[in-house]
Amino acid sequence: MKKNLQRLDLIFKNEHDTEAILRKTLDRSHDEVINDLISSGLKGRGGAGFPTGLKWKLAAEAQAEQKYVICNADEGEPGTFKDREILSSVPHKVLTGMAVCANIIGSTKGFIYLRSEYKFLKPQLLSVIDEFHKLLEVLNINFKVDIFMGSGAYICGEESALFESMEGKRGEPRNKPPFPTDFGYMGEPTVINNVETLAHTYSILKYGADKFKDLGIQDSRGSKVFSVSGDTPNPGIYELEFGMSLQKFVDDFGDGDSKAVQVGGASGFCVPRKKFVKTVIGYQGKLRGTSLPTGGSMMIFNSSRSMYNVLHNYLDFFVEESCGQCTPCRVGTQQLLLGIQAVKKGEQPSSYLDKLLVLAEAMRVTSKCGLGQSVANSFSSIVENFKEEMIY
Amino acid sequence: MSDKVNLKIDNIAVSIKNGSTILEAAEKINVRIPTLCYHEDLCVAGNCRICVVEQTGSDRLLPACAMPVSEGMEIHTNSMKVRNARKQIVELLVSEHRADCTRCYKNGKCELQELSSEYIVGENGFIDLVAHKGYTIDNFSPSIIKDDSKCIRCQRCVRTCDQLQSISALTVAHKGESMKVSSFFDKPMFEVVCTNCGQCVNRCPTGALTEKTYLDEVWTALNSETKHTVVQTAPAVRIALGEALGMPVGEIVTGKMVSALRRLGFSSVLDTDFTADLTIIEEGNELLHRLKKVVKDKDTTVRLPLTTSCSPGWVKFIEHAFPEYLPNVSTAKSPQQMFGALAKTFYANKLKVDPENMVSISIMPCTAKKYEADRPEMRSSGFKDVDYVLTTRELALMIKQAGIDFASLPDDEYDSIMGESSGAAVIFGATGGVMEAALRTAYEVVTGREVPFEGLNITPVRGMDYIREATIKIENVLPEWDFLEGVELKTCVAHGLSNAKKVMEAVRDGKANYHFIEIMACPGGCLGGGGQPIPTSPAIRKKRSEAIYHEDELKPIRKSHENPEVIHLYEEFLKEPLGEVSHKLLHTHYTERNRY
Ligand SMILES: Cc1cc2nc3c(=O)[nH]c(=O)nc-3n(C[C@H](O)[C@H](O)[C@H](O)COP(=O)(O)O)c2cc1C
Ligand code: SF4
Ligand code: SF4
Ligand code: SF4
Ligand code: SF4
Ligand code: FES
Repeated sequence: MKKNLQRLDLIFKNEHDTEAILRKTLDRSHDEVINDLISSGLKGRGGAGFPTGLKWKLAAEAQAEQKYVICNADEGEPGTFKDREILSSVPHKVLTGMAVCANIIGSTKGFIYLRSEYKFLKPQLLSVIDEFHKLLEVLNINFKVDIFMGSGAYICGEESALFESMEGKRGEPRNKPPFPTDFGYMGEPTVINNVETLAHTYSILKYGADKFKDLGIQDSRGSKVFSVSGDTPNPGIYELEFGMSLQKFVDDFGDGDSKAVQVGGASGFCVPRKKFVKTVIGYQGKLRGTSLPTGGSMMIFNSSRSMYNVLHNYLDFFVEESCGQCTPCRVGTQQLLLGIQAVKKGEQPSSYLDKLLVLAEAMRVTSKCGLGQSVANSFSSIVENFKEEMIY
Repeated sequence: MSDKVNLKIDNIAVSIKNGSTILEAAEKINVRIPTLCYHEDLCVAGNCRICVVEQTGSDRLLPACAMPVSEGMEIHTNSMKVRNARKQIVELLVSEHRADCTRCYKNGKCELQELSSEYIVGENGFIDLVAHKGYTIDNFSPSIIKDDSKCIRCQRCVRTCDQLQSISALTVAHKGESMKVSSFFDKPMFEVVCTNCGQCVNRCPTGALTEKTYLDEVWTALNSETKHTVVQTAPAVRIALGEALGMPVGEIVTGKMVSALRRLGFSSVLDTDFTADLTIIEEGNELLHRLKKVVKDKDTTVRLPLTTSCSPGWVKFIEHAFPEYLPNVSTAKSPQQMFGALAKTFYANKLKVDPENMVSISIMPCTAKKYEADRPEMRSSGFKDVDYVLTTRELALMIKQAGIDFASLPDDEYDSIMGESSGAAVIFGATGGVMEAALRTAYEVVTGREVPFEGLNITPVRGMDYIREATIKIENVLPEWDFLEGVELKTCVAHGLSNAKKVMEAVRDGKANYHFIEIMACPGGCLGGGGQPIPTSPAIRKKRSEAIYHEDELKPIRKSHENPEVIHLYEEFLKEPLGEVSHKLLHTHYTERNRY
């Protein structure tokens, strides 16, 4: 079945059914709600694409006195600002999702981990939370949400580093397992979800799992908010259905001269023009050629852009934002950056790029967290597709 | 769920307790997986990634040190993917490292060097990051040198300082390419709360943290025509020196060590154990004196509990962390410093050597002793009481440099008048030993009878439990101690500064009312000191401890107050415990220090 590129209005739709949704959910069994979420096919919109229903189920099954629900609003990926938009225009949807989750897993305490640059959102968020607390009181739901201001480091968006930073420690990712649903904030079972993920649960709870599942393709259901930037006449954020081809996307958003699209920001993949048609936007799954959207950044480059500079910028970012604890990421990122510089300057032969590709692959399979593991995505896709630009 | 998990490692079946790691499972079947950031004494960090292994069906590699086993796992520790990845990691570490092994103190004893010799990096490595960024070396501390250009950021030191010592003098600063092991505001080590315990040095896999060596100074003194060199050896050196010279762990090498020191050319080979016995007399009397003031005279200006003072790491710790308890610390100097003060007075006088021409050298299991010898208070002889402090490791190096075949040396005896010691002094080297030695003496002073423990072995204060409490009821006392009749003497022993901190917090919060507390800064006491042979582990420390208690049993004299040379010293020179001469030479005072 072919689908046309469609802009949707689900997430940002101005609707206020929190009370009805909460009442309805309270009446249903926890299993029913979880099964709904699982069958909707909703996957995390924050990075790893973990099935949300399953995550809640694992946390519900964990045994503990205290459990936590955390909304990850650290949004540190350069060029993404969709979570900010969601939190400023439909925060009640996010809070509704958090309360339902809390109810299901048996938690009384939630946090929004807010990116430090988004401090300006705090006052209005607090007043929405205040209202929300009053409603929960009426409904006899024992759940309180606090805002925790982020530290300003990109790595603190990684869930376990986020817990560490909330606990007052240095923001370094932990070993996994144990996973957050067993050992999260304060060592207690924790559900951590991205802002957008939580907002989607609102739609699923309101319209039902089938409506959500109707959107998208097999491994990637529903819609996704994309932050479109780069060489485009229409930068901004857009809610689009999963499953579109990159060609359709470029036709719609490009400037007619697009030579590549970076799907998923610095930690995503670079797709060159010749692969636009084959590439379908969705989670990395069974479909060949699909790409992981992570934060939903879509950066379009036209033929005037130097892909060397693009890669250089990404590597600058990683060299600085790696937490520095593990060898492959801390040293590897520096070597990749110095390496492409050396090749460009002619201090190393072009074959040195092959050595760097081997390094990038080793970083992917040995790094401790998603940051180091994903550097190879942009590095290899840019170097392999634009090799001449790296050398000359 | 069954508490055993079955898996295969390199096609060998292994069954192991649920919750174990892949590394532990591999160890069980003698499959060696290389590690760097992992250390048995510390919590798992999983940051060096050298221990990665492949799991069938999994794309990414798993860190063996951090990954728990699961049922049916198939692990490969030597697949192509694993080997390639490890080689990349070694190459990366080397690229970040100032790898000038031939000039390095850790040459031949370095874990990175060993790894790189297995995964030959060759000439086509990555770009040299040290040359790119530059580096600094902090060598201002009298005890420890920190060379960031040799650091592989495994954070063993950070975990040591935090978990074992609860000091956090070393922490991780910055991120990304700037990430490094740093101190408070990146100040030099000697300006911060570092206690010089050297536990980080013992666990650093590379040459990034080492002791400051004084080998050249000592060789110069030995080769000087005019200098009289006096060497003292701490209790815990004799049970560990052999390790650094290729002998089995836990071998007692006292006699060979004395031979070696003579061969090296020391003029007088004497024993810190002698002043350990002396410490017991002075500190034991101080305890009894304080008990009398508190129990009998109801003197509220005198403080209990009394704490020991022979561990300079502990002393510096309390000066930083609990300065309000400095009046509780025994004023008795450590055996090293008592020795130094007597060497350049009593001993020099006996030998008719001008103390100005005497060089006093001590062999210690400890890096903090280097700092202690440098303290301005430690000049009561009118000179620097102890000129140079060498660690067990440095002595081993001297013996090697001198071409001495240590294992074949005959046993020799210490020189006299400051060379005799009791079993009580020997056990100073183990946690609980000072307490046991003090009790052997104090109990007898008060009751006229030996401590009521079989073979004088006060087992409740022995062992490796972090904090141990023991109560001894004092009964049928001699008339002059009647006020102690029926008193239950409450004692506590702790080793490792994190445990010391717990004890002091309990004291501060009124949750413990001890009379006497023994604290050793290092895990296991001096036998696990920061100057001892590397590596260290619970098993190694256990063996060293067994050796110490064995040596105690072998000694004809087991109680400090029966050491004839100590008795003689009082008769001839000191006159009485806590007397005027003691006060001048053998006691000291402490200084409140900053908290960072
Ligand atoms: C380096 C790094 C940065 C991340 N930053 C964010 C972030 O800013 N926001 C976010 O929601 N998830 C971020 N993640 C993903 C989180 O670790 C986590 O997977 C996510 O919050 C889970 O929510 P989800 O299941 O709803 O996606 C990051 C992951 C990595 C490795
Ligand atoms: S991969 Fe990078 S960011 Fe993640 S733990 Fe390792 S060094 Fe830190
Ligand atoms: S720390 Fe090890 S690898 Fe580095 S220079 Fe010294 S011996 Fe060589
Ligand atoms: S010497 Fe001891 S106190 Fe100082 S940094 Fe090392 S472990 Fe910490
Ligand atoms: S100083 Fe030594 S122990 Fe500390 S991080 Fe560096 S290499 Fe590891
Ligand atoms: S030894 Fe396992 S990661 Fe370092």
